[in-house]
Amino acid sequence: MAGAELLAPIAGGLILGAMARIALLQVDYRMYPSYPHGWLIHFAWGVIAAFVGSVVVPALAAKEFTAATFLVLVAQQFRDIRRMERASLDLVESMELVPRGPHYIEGIARTFEARSYLVIAVSLVTSTIITFTGHILGGIAGGLVTFFLVFMVKRGQRIGDIAELTAVDVEFEGTLLKVANVIVMEVGLRKSREWWLERGIGVIIEPKDDDARATLASLGQRQAIAHDTAAIMGVTKDFGLPEFTPLVRRDIETGRVVMAIVPMEPDRRQILAAVERVPVLEAARRAPLQSEPGLKAAD
Amino acid sequence: MEIRIVETIVCVITLDRDAVGGGGAPIVYAKNEEERERMAEVLSRTMDAMVHDLGNGVYVLIKH
Repeated sequence: MAGAELLAPIAGGLILGAMARIALLQVDYRMYPSYPHGWLIHFAWGVIAAFVGSVVVPALAAKEFTAATFLVLVAQQFRDIRRMERASLDLVESMELVPRGPHYIEGIARTFEARSYLVIAVSLVTSTIITFTGHILGGIAGGLVTFFLVFMVKRGQRIGDIAELTAVDVEFEGTLLKVANVIVMEVGLRKSREWWLERGIGVIIEPKDDDARATLASLGQRQAIAHDTAAIMGVTKDFGLPEFTPLVRRDIETGRVVMAIVPMEPDRRQILAAVERVPVLEAARRAPLQSEPGLKAAD
Repeated sequence: MEIRIVETIVCVITLDRDAVGGGGAPIVYAKNEEERERMAEVLSRTMDAMVHDLGNGVYVLIKH
């Protein structure tokens, strides 16, 4: 293939791949990736991934097998992204008022690695179509279809999809803090108990089925609920005030889960909305109903 | 009474000297409930430890 013939597939793949990465790079309330430097790092990785995906097929078509092999080796470097993200998040975890937990961190790290591969896929499809058909618009269409398929996969389930939520008052039985009769923690200081009674809010998270019940049993999933709710609604906690850490505990009789939190913003409806949008973590998801014993034993 | 270490007990505050045995954590003796409450608050804030009431006049501060 001549130089000019290589330009269209490589440019098409590169541009579409970079656009796909930008569309997948959203800085939301979780502030991850951090803006602007974290965003720039991931955008740069995305452009490199798009370049790799767009060059492989034209290189093979031009019988440049060494270049193609080299590009495959480069693609293997993207597995380091997961390790890099995990290390970065672990470093700041001890300084978080409400930590994310290892499941959430692993989920974020895995997602960023996967997105690089998805960008390679979009670029690969675009440049392949343009290389073999010569149709630039066809290549763009193929890249866009791949991207939208990927985009649909991106959004996983949320807590609101698997559970019913209710906001309730917290109560004390002696020094035991309870939400819907489930013991959450023991609060020794009188002033702290008064603060809880004045400003604390309980959330009952009732699983819709046995799969949801098994997923919500995960400590990592519950820690993610506490972290995300605190990130959105704020929490009246600081160093030296461990008794105001939002905790999520399980009712061992029914499998439902309750959270006790002292939010900065006491709006109950928005607290429920915040809990609803917490993502179901891949590492925490369980599906006993997909097994025969689980299905037969189901209520 | 024996105090068992669950996570890390960093301090014990008690109204009753006989209610607490050894164990390694510093033991602080309070004269009354108000003093116990004040000392527990100060120690919990400075050590980022949680105050738990054992219900027999003893507060333990635990680092979770």
